Amino acid sequence: MAQSGKRVMITGVSRHLGGKLAQRLEADPEVDYIVGVDLEEPEVDLERTEFVHADIRNPLIAKTIQTTEVDTLVHLSIISTPTRVGGRSAMKEINVIGSLQLFAACQKSPALKKVVMKSSTAVYGASPRDPALFTESLSASGEIRHGYAKDSIEVEQSARDFGRRRPDVGLTILRFANVIGSEIETTLTRYFSLPLVPSPIGYDPRLQFVHEEDAEEVLYRATREDHRGIFNVAADGVVLLSQAIRICGKLPLKVPLPLASPVANVVRRLGLVDFPSDQIPFLVYGRVADNSRLKEVFGFAPRYTTREALEEFVRGHRSRRFVTRETAEAWEQEVYDFLRRARGGRAGGAVR
Amino acid sequence: MSAMAQVIPIERARREPDRCRALTAAGRPCRNKAGLSGFCRVHQPPVAPEHIGPFDAEGVREVLNFVTRRLTGEYWVDDFGFDPELPERVFLPLVQGLYRRYWRAEWIGLPNVPSRGPALLVSNHAGTVPVDAVVMKFGVLGEHPAHRHVRLLAADLAFRSPIVGPMARKMGSTLACEEDARRLLQAGQLVGVMPEGYKGVGKGWKNRYRLQRFGRGGFVEVALREQVPIVPVAIVGSEEIYPMVGNAKLLAQLAGFPYFPITPFFPWLGPLGLVPLPSKWIVEFGEPIPTDDYGPDAWQDAMLLFELTDRIRDTIQQMLYRNLMKRRNAFL
Repeated sequence: MAQSGKRVMITGVSRHLGGKLAQRLEADPEVDYIVGVDLEEPEVDLERTEFVHADIRNPLIAKTIQTTEVDTLVHLSIISTPTRVGGRSAMKEINVIGSLQLFAACQKSPALKKVVMKSSTAVYGASPRDPALFTESLSASGEIRHGYAKDSIEVEQSARDFGRRRPDVGLTILRFANVIGSEIETTLTRYFSLPLVPSPIGYDPRLQFVHEEDAEEVLYRATREDHRGIFNVAADGVVLLSQAIRICGKLPLKVPLPLASPVANVVRRLGLVDFPSDQIPFLVYGRVADNSRLKEVFGFAPRYTTREALEEFVRGHRSRRFVTRETAEAWEQEVYDFLRRARGGRAGGAVR
Repeated sequence: MSAMAQVIPIERARREPDRCRALTAAGRPCRNKAGLSGFCRVHQPPVAPEHIGPFDAEGVREVLNFVTRRLTGEYWVDDFGFDPELPERVFLPLVQGLYRRYWRAEWIGLPNVPSRGPALLVSNHAGTVPVDAVVMKFGVLGEHPAHRHVRLLAADLAFRSPIVGPMARKMGSTLACEEDARRLLQAGQLVGVMPEGYKGVGKGWKNRYRLQRFGRGGFVEVALREQVPIVPVAIVGSEEIYPMVGNAKLLAQLAGFPYFPITPFFPWLGPLGLVPLPSKWIVEFGEPIPTDDYGPDAWQDAMLLFELTDRIRDTIQQMLYRNLMKRRNAFL
């Protein structure tokens, strides 16, 4: 921009990624104006970001988009768990209807040049009929009827519809794998903080994460650079669920598949983890996305592998660990010494 | 004799800490650089292996270390969920005993399996339970000089099933689909496919060693696209392990299986009927069929796909007949 810098609106600014993005943009001299929208106060200190305390369904938002003449919209306020907003129908209302209204407002704003939207690899579903890695052109093999995945698919659809009506607006859809790290709090981080981690008997899915810093970096680059299209934002490599539980130093609580949904309900009632039952297939069949398009087009490779991201999470969260590497090694030495003593370990040949 | 028994003059050890502590044949201090043990490579005293019970102490240590790493998640799996340590260290010794002693498997033409680079192994499929795929995989791992892993392509039923599904992935299998097959071949892997699928593994006793339809030839298309050689494989012996004389279709439908086998022993003898019979196995790997001289666009040529599919099917059928003739009796 020759005459003036960027003007950015962020929805969902009070959540972890939104706050981090606002901070990055504040530090960027080429960004003139930032306005953040959310229902709660931001969790980080923001200096020059204007905060609008509103729901994205509020007509105020359309007015703000037009009067502030923002040229970039970063839409992050797609929620994944129903409990905090008061049930599934409220969640769907905010996600689907809210996004529809947001994009409708965008359509009327001639100053808008770019939309960056946070979606999720949840749109690919999780089933035994899927290829090992999802590329951006694939879609869920089964029909997805409810929950967060369904919402994400619908919001992506309304974003694409908007993109067709406004071909002059650059649309970037970022499908994030589960974001994990030392700071962020999500359903998944709370799940891995449980003392006994419920996991399905007889299944051991491959999981893939993306480290919070990598997620922030991609979000920032998508906002500042011009990369149209859909991108999987995910780390290299995978960990198995059983392996992840062990890396976290936890013990698995083996649950038969038919009991998975009741167990998820109990865990939710106890206020431990808000784990929606519609995400159970994820913990049964797993899901891994191919990040090569991101690497190629953004010219950026996530710095943390899935395993490293998980280890960062373990380092940052001081929850109780049952098995650490030190205890395991001490145990190994003890068993070895015991065997030597008991079986008369001796140099020079077998003992008779 | 242990290292402790050596008497080392302390002064000399102090004077020249990085020199070998031994005396040369001439009786002078050795001038060679010492290793961690304090001796040079020439004078390294032989360390007698320590034993714990009947086991070598180093071996015990290694097993314990393996268990520890497993308990703390200190192992690596690839994007497909393949965990090479498990088949190499846990399952190969078990399966090897089975195919060497119990099925007395004979391996023909192993050098036809390339030691390096991608290739597609195409094999017949039989035996009610896909044991043949397991034997082929572990045979190449155990008997081939390069000890390569065959990455088997399996049906989605396998990945739907508890225990079997995750185990298949850990052994290096993945879903039989174009994307996964191509991804593995692009990574230079050895991919194994059994194009007959359920039609082969679940066929009745009277159709033994008669190849069924080879799907729609998708495997040839993948090989042409990636321009990798196709190695035909004929497995003799798998048909007799569970001779399927009947198929309880109603039970199969109830259980959601493609077929429900009835053998002379199953389900009549209960779990005992699950013991596979000790047939004599012969596994032959044929000459690789190159696909790179057809050009990069050949995969779109439907006629060529049919032709190649038939040719490979014929080759495997001929190998089967030849080895059946060679094997006089199915169990001896």
